[in-house]
Amino acid sequence: MFLIPDPVVRFFHRMASPPHFYSFTERLMPWLVVIFLLLTAAGLYGGLYLAPADYQQGDSYRIIYIHVPSAWMSLFIYMVMAVAGGIGLVWRIKLAEIVAISSAPVGASFTFIALVTGSLWGKPMWGTWWVWDARLTSELILLFLYLGVIGLYGAIDDKRTASRAVAILALVGVVNIPIIHYSVEWWNTLHQGPTVTKMDKPSIHVSMLIPLLLMAISFKFYYLIAMLQRARTELLLRERNAQWVKNMISESK
Amino acid sequence: MSLSHAFFAVIRRDLVLALRRRSEIANPLLFFILVITLFPLGIGAQPHLLQAIAPGIIWVSALLAAMLSLDSLFRSDFDDGSLEQMLLSPHPASVLVLAKIIAHWLVTGLPLLIVAPLLAVFLGMPNHSLGILLLTLLLGTPVLSLIGAIGVALTVGLRRGGMILSLLVLPLYVPVLIFAGNAVQMASGGLPVDAQINILISILLMALVLAPLPVAAALKMSIN
Amino acid sequence: MQTKSTHSLEGKSLSCIRDDRVLFEKLAFELVSGQILLLEGKNGSGKTSLLRILCGFREPDAGDILWCGDAVKDSQFYAQMAYVGHLDGIKKELTVLENLKMSLALSSPGQYSIHEALAKVHLAGYDDVLVQALSAGQKRRLSLARLLITENVLWVLDEPFTSLDKQGIALIETLMTEHCANGGMIVLTSHHDIALHDVDVQRINLS
Repeated sequence: MFLIPDPVVRFFHRMASPPHFYSFTERLMPWLVVIFLLLTAAGLYGGLYLAPADYQQGDSYRIIYIHVPSAWMSLFIYMVMAVAGGIGLVWRIKLAEIVAISSAPVGASFTFIALVTGSLWGKPMWGTWWVWDARLTSELILLFLYLGVIGLYGAIDDKRTASRAVAILALVGVVNIPIIHYSVEWWNTLHQGPTVTKMDKPSIHVSMLIPLLLMAISFKFYYLIAMLQRARTELLLRERNAQWVKNMISESK
Repeated sequence: MSLSHAFFAVIRRDLVLALRRRSEIANPLLFFILVITLFPLGIGAQPHLLQAIAPGIIWVSALLAAMLSLDSLFRSDFDDGSLEQMLLSPHPASVLVLAKIIAHWLVTGLPLLIVAPLLAVFLGMPNHSLGILLLTLLLGTPVLSLIGAIGVALTVGLRRGGMILSLLVLPLYVPVLIFAGNAVQMASGGLPVDAQINILISILLMALVLAPLPVAAALKMSIN
Repeated sequence: MQTKSTHSLEGKSLSCIRDDRVLFEKLAFELVSGQILLLEGKNGSGKTSLLRILCGFREPDAGDILWCGDAVKDSQFYAQMAYVGHLDGIKKELTVLENLKMSLALSSPGQYSIHEALAKVHLAGYDDVLVQALSAGQKRRLSLARLLITENVLWVLDEPFTSLDKQGIALIETLMTEHCANGGMIVLTSHHDIALHDVDVQRINLS
């Protein structure tokens, strides 16, 4: 802990207190929404209007501005979920548990969007809605992992217990995802190789790359907005007997 | 009170219990044979077709049989309080849990190996691939028990955990299915399968070391 | 073997909330060797929850439990306690002897051998009988025999008198008195009033 500067530690300490979290996120929310809207507008303008059409795929490639960031988000959110779940499991921090479970439906939605857009993109390219391509298959299995997390949480009545179950499952999933990914990749190497992560020599043109990155950041903000809204609702539900919630309700009357 | 004594006592007790209950051994085995019998009936009995999909059929059936047998792993211990007593023991729960998983595999996983040659004959697999089929089952089915134990430990406290269990466990079975199925496929075609076998060995070792920890944690959560 | 040195069990401002209902709050107790803590209260008042918190099956919603001054996790607590709950933890497909041997394998040997313990709970000669052939009262006595054969200081008993006849109840009371005289301690819940002489009984009413 000594490596982390003091103000950061204090910030997280304050954030771990439910009333602070609740009021802080309330003030934060409009800013997140404005940034999200600006980034999305810029990204879509760049991607759909400024960027040139692909010499092979024509305009249909433009779906990558949704597909690729969604696919990134699907993995990213699973990682966040596992880390938050792990923190909740070890240090018994209620907010970490809530962040973990609030992330799951958002992550599942992004996974679903990545699957649907991938299949839409595949139709003109492969002539069929679904091919057992490695990345789509991995994404499909990831969706099952998300649904398992959501299903398990719903099946356990006591929500603190459910949070611990979900955290264990998410951690198991995080260990398994690379193995699953590798096995599926090994099983089938049909898709075009990764094009964007080769940072030293990007094989996609800058005018296409910039909107893509803008969209990727805008999706991160969308995730923050959606996850925090869910977390706030979940927090109110769990803390409905706490004094700060009662005070807040009586003030608003 | 040595740990190894406790470890082997748990294995011995579970084996004795399985022998006295019998159906616990027989049911997954019958299920395995039955599912494999259904495929030729469902898709037709052309020898070349069956031969081509035999490795896949055997492995998918093994996956399903392993999953269906999982419920018996902790169910009776959970219902009669033996699980509470085990978790109260001063011994590390993950080690005792590993003993239970090993006993469970000996009772539900190992018998699959014994009938697999028969089924391979049913499906017309070439004889030279039989060794590899047995090897993949020997390496793969313990992984199914180990990973499945995580799922069943998470759901043993639920009244209707069956459906959710398959959702939790089957996606995690994918790597074993891919490497084991592919190894058998390749072996049928007379190709080398060292890479797949090595990967299966590493997956097994990883599962042996890592899986008991979340199983123990999940059981502690389930009994609360 | 039980040691004569003093042990202590301390609960500090424990709270338990279940389904929006506060079962107990800021509960405190301290128990030393030779004492019994009897938890009383209506059904659903949190007696069993408190026992399960003691066993570590449940987390208290607030508060701590200390064993000999240390947090339970950092102490010898689990090596020095034994629990008999609603579920007796006995396999009905195994014999009496096989069940007790299993309990022994999970713990250290205590004051009595298996045969001495069976004699004490009036089950001598039942060694090779399958548990499914025993009556409810006999099963209960078998689960109590587990307390005698393993090494322990603290007994945690959830309704130990259930399904026992008068003799059985008297038997447990004798065992409890002996255990306390040997420097042990007991936390139990019971609907019956217990008649124990020469033992320091603390009562907590959770209702």
